[in-house]
Amino acid sequence: MLLKKKELTKKVKTFTINFGPQHPAAHGVLRLILELDGEVVLNADPHIGLLHRGTEKLIEYKSYTQALPYFDRLDYVSMMSQEHTYSLAVEKLMALKVPTRASSIRVLFLEITRILNHLLAVGCHAMDVGAMTPFLWAFEEREKLMEFYERVSGARMHAAYIRPGGVSQDLPLGFLDDVYLFINQFNFRLDEIEEMLTTNRIWKERLVDIGVVSSKDAIAWGFSGVMLRGSGIPWDLRKSQPYESYSEYSFNVPVGNTGDCYDRYLIRIEEMRESLKIISQVIQKIPEGLTKSSDFKVSIPGRSELKSSMEAMINHFKLFSEGLVVPTSETYTSTEAPKGEFGVYLISNGSEKPYRCKIKAPGFGHLQALNFMAKGHMIADVVTIIGTQDIVFGEVDR
Amino acid sequence: MLTTKRFNNFKDIIPFLIHQNIKEEDVLILSSSGLLPTLNIVKHHVGLQLTLLTCISGVDFLTKKYRFCIVYDLLSITFNSRLRLKVIINEVTSVSTASSIFINSNWWEREIWDLYGVYFDNHPDLRRILTDYGFEGHPLRKDFPLSGFVETNYDESKKRVVVKPVEFSQEFRLFTQETPW
Repeated sequence: MLLKKKELTKKVKTFTINFGPQHPAAHGVLRLILELDGEVVLNADPHIGLLHRGTEKLIEYKSYTQALPYFDRLDYVSMMSQEHTYSLAVEKLMALKVPTRASSIRVLFLEITRILNHLLAVGCHAMDVGAMTPFLWAFEEREKLMEFYERVSGARMHAAYIRPGGVSQDLPLGFLDDVYLFINQFNFRLDEIEEMLTTNRIWKERLVDIGVVSSKDAIAWGFSGVMLRGSGIPWDLRKSQPYESYSEYSFNVPVGNTGDCYDRYLIRIEEMRESLKIISQVIQKIPEGLTKSSDFKVSIPGRSELKSSMEAMINHFKLFSEGLVVPTSETYTSTEAPKGEFGVYLISNGSEKPYRCKIKAPGFGHLQALNFMAKGHMIADVVTIIGTQDIVFGEVDR
Repeated sequence: MLTTKRFNNFKDIIPFLIHQNIKEEDVLILSSSGLLPTLNIVKHHVGLQLTLLTCISGVDFLTKKYRFCIVYDLLSITFNSRLRLKVIINEVTSVSTASSIFINSNWWEREIWDLYGVYFDNHPDLRRILTDYGFEGHPLRKDFPLSGFVETNYDESKKRVVVKPVEFSQEFRLFTQETPW
């Protein structure tokens, strides 16, 4: 009796595992259903929504100033970028001009936020892949930066500092000197982290040629930020659609060429160095002046004016009881947040509450492409890919 | 921003209903049948090249007859321009999916289905994405209350999570200041 070949090969069902919501490498709450053939991933299905807090619905019931802290808590590792995008959207709707000192302070904090984000991204990515030490070094630097957040706003993380009209308070005395001391030593810290990782053979083997995205695919999947630049597309909103006073500062935008995880890691390290350059330019050029708009229908009057002027008293009362009133209009404003293009689509109806505030988070679009990027790789590479996409669930789930 | 001169070149080939320019952003209002041809043209036409779909949002205008508005935000990297497309539909109409043209519209449309209840025809995988697994209702609609209809907690006696109708000790307060003067 001859056995036919097709009777000898057995069809085996794919093995489905749950890369569960509670997992140290899942970057938050990600439930990933992986269909495997041995160790190779055939299909990855992310289930998100485990951190869905109903932010957009809640914003519709709050005034514009009350809605601001929601944005801190979206991408909770780079707080001021989202506050800034929202403030820009509200200012666009109200056609409000921000004083130059406020604009410079905002740029300073946006670049500090970029460094904060990339330190966490690279540190946690390294820890997920297996290198434990850069994580601790990166977090020590983050502590120093969060001290800056605290000095200026009172809160280490969720600062609620950048508001429509400018910033909430002026910089304290001696602040810029301390920022100068920080940037002097930060280049050496970055060198220490790079020395551990960049030329490391194990790091390169884990990251090179993993999660390769061609430039056509990057655009097709709607990537933005580091994911686009890693694939060779030189697109940075700070250069192409400048906002705030970014056009005054000179900085470079690193762009990768192969589109793998290693390129994106190198881009993040370079972006941190470029942010240092911007911060040092801001410190030298920061002008004197007001830190919030002098239009009292938007900014809260100071206490001395409150006690002497009747108009200031009335505006203070109206701002705290009713809130900012924004004319009927709509806008989609986006900025180059550290993770990508963070956008706010704001529709106002002439009242003091936003009618609809849609939040476009870069992580949502990137996580969508996880299946595409992880196909054909092994389970450990899935961890690398999630880390390189810089996913934070606060913004994906809102 | 599409300048008027550039836009006039495309007026005859894009099947839009209204063109608006709000705060220097271009908005085209389409009918739901004109959506796929428009998306095809704006993506592939060499003078527009709006190849990146940034996001798809939903808006609910409860008081209007055509209550939902699906908004597509597109970005062109070669021309550094943005365009917004809006499709206005009522509750029972469905919209065709854009995933044949923009592959990343998958999750954005799932989110709109989950939160608004707008159905997308021919979508590869239309299921809920942000709400809980057995959730009923479409939360972002304006007639869905902020506190929802059900609450869940862990019941010690039954040793599992139970779903009960929501109960509050204080009724919902909405602060709207009517100006007396």
